[in-house]
Amino acid sequence: MKGLAELYIQQFRTTLAMMLQYRASLLIWMIGHVLEPLVYLIVWSVVAGTGGGSVGDYAKRDFAAYFIVLMLVNHVTYTWIMYEFEYRIRHGSLSFALLRPVHPIHSDIADNVSSKVITLPFMVAVAGVLALVFRPALSPEPWAIGLFVPALLLAFLVRFLLEWTLAQAAFWTTRVSAINQTYFVLLLFLSGQIAPITLMPHPVRVLAQILPFRAMVGFPVELLLGRLTLSEALTGLGIQAAWVIIGLVLLRVAWRAGVRVYTAVGA
Amino acid sequence: MSYLRLLAAFFRVSLRGELAYRVNFFVQLFQSALDLGMSLGGLAVVFSFTDTLGGWRPDEVLALVGVYFLVGGIIGLMIQPGMEEFIESVRDGTLDFTLTKPEDAQLLVTIRRVDIWKLIDILMGVIVLGAALARLGGSIGLGEAAVFILMLVAGGFIIYSFWLILATLSFWFVRVENILVIFQSMYEAGRWPISLYPGWLRYGLTFVVPVAFAVTLPAEALTSRLSGWTLLGAVALAAVLLVISRGFWRLGLRRYSGASA
Repeated sequence: MKGLAELYIQQFRTTLAMMLQYRASLLIWMIGHVLEPLVYLIVWSVVAGTGGGSVGDYAKRDFAAYFIVLMLVNHVTYTWIMYEFEYRIRHGSLSFALLRPVHPIHSDIADNVSSKVITLPFMVAVAGVLALVFRPALSPEPWAIGLFVPALLLAFLVRFLLEWTLAQAAFWTTRVSAINQTYFVLLLFLSGQIAPITLMPHPVRVLAQILPFRAMVGFPVELLLGRLTLSEALTGLGIQAAWVIIGLVLLRVAWRAGVRVYTAVGA
Repeated sequence: MSYLRLLAAFFRVSLRGELAYRVNFFVQLFQSALDLGMSLGGLAVVFSFTDTLGGWRPDEVLALVGVYFLVGGIIGLMIQPGMEEFIESVRDGTLDFTLTKPEDAQLLVTIRRVDIWKLIDILMGVIVLGAALARLGGSIGLGEAAVFILMLVAGGFIIYSFWLILATLSFWFVRVENILVIFQSMYEAGRWPISLYPGWLRYGLTFVVPVAFAVTLPAEALTSRLSGWTLLGAVALAAVLLVISRGFWRLGLRRYSGASA
């Protein structure tokens, strides 16, 4: 355990230095992360404005709060591992990772966390500016803030583990872009990024109950907005924990089978 | 005329190249259909709560989505592949080979790459647009159609000049491909009527990244929202930008020293 902690600290130092070199690129990639929730914030504000001030139980300023918090949660939990993995396998650079005595997922987690250490201050500043413009209605209970922290952490883990697992598809096919895009469309609709899940039509709500996407983004957002009762919040945390375990199992299975079919192109 | 012959030749070459990978057709068809499904799904959710969105009726927004796919397809077919390759060729020095050819170099880098699978997006856009217009009722006269085409052409040239200026920056800054990511992110905002957005974002999408000229204004032409002055302004802007981007290209070219030689 101590060895792993040291490994993380070292890895974290190197990737932080590396990511700092790509500050400009990181900032440019953030524009999409800001613009998408902003567009839906505006669209739903307009709908609320024409519909007598609210849509369902969301008023204009509730939408502002929802999408600004969503922007931050989505940024904290997102990964780019599905693109990265395809590149590693296509160019054979995975071979180097396989030679190291630790599982490659550890350096990926360190990469992800260090890039966010750099970008998160900017995202928070953007959220602050958006809050001044759109005046969100956000007054969470203390217990909701307390539970938001583990919920956000679990959301990151669920998303990281499942996307890392899905990225293994690159071992079997070179056409992962179709798989990735299918995944992102599902994520968009079922995680609450287009609209709060409670406003979605019934079949979408049922799917969102079964699939893990809400646990990745929508659940922590609803929690901080005070949309959930204490028991709903605890159930949600339980569901997230269950998905972490499922994710760990799937990841192990996929990784073992994948490494066996890996042919190290270009090495 | 010889330009058109060249363009046709490049088209044939990339068609032959791509036909070797026929499965790509189905992959692209699947991805385009998914993208369209996403747009239509979003519209369905929004319009289940309202009848108009900032004064746009559902079928009018549907027409906008059609134009969005049509123009996105044109950019992906003709503009983006050539510009990406051009940026790459400045970095690794293969632009030398283009410069030694007898045709105009700007023209060559513009048309030499086409991504023929993007024709699927164009076709889908046309189908969606046609369906939307049919549902709106046959109020589209010859005049409106002409204005639409003119606006589409003007918007296309504005977008082209914009991309050329950005890509030409690679003569000074070697890594500019990330700037193009900004365009992609901003273009997404064109799925919805730009009139919804607050002033600062609307100006940004009109004059900083000209999404409005490419998508919103053509769609406005079809839904009778466009004034003659706007059309005139767009055509004038297209002409001015073409001249500016040409001048910028020549300025950049003078700086090019060839990375490989």
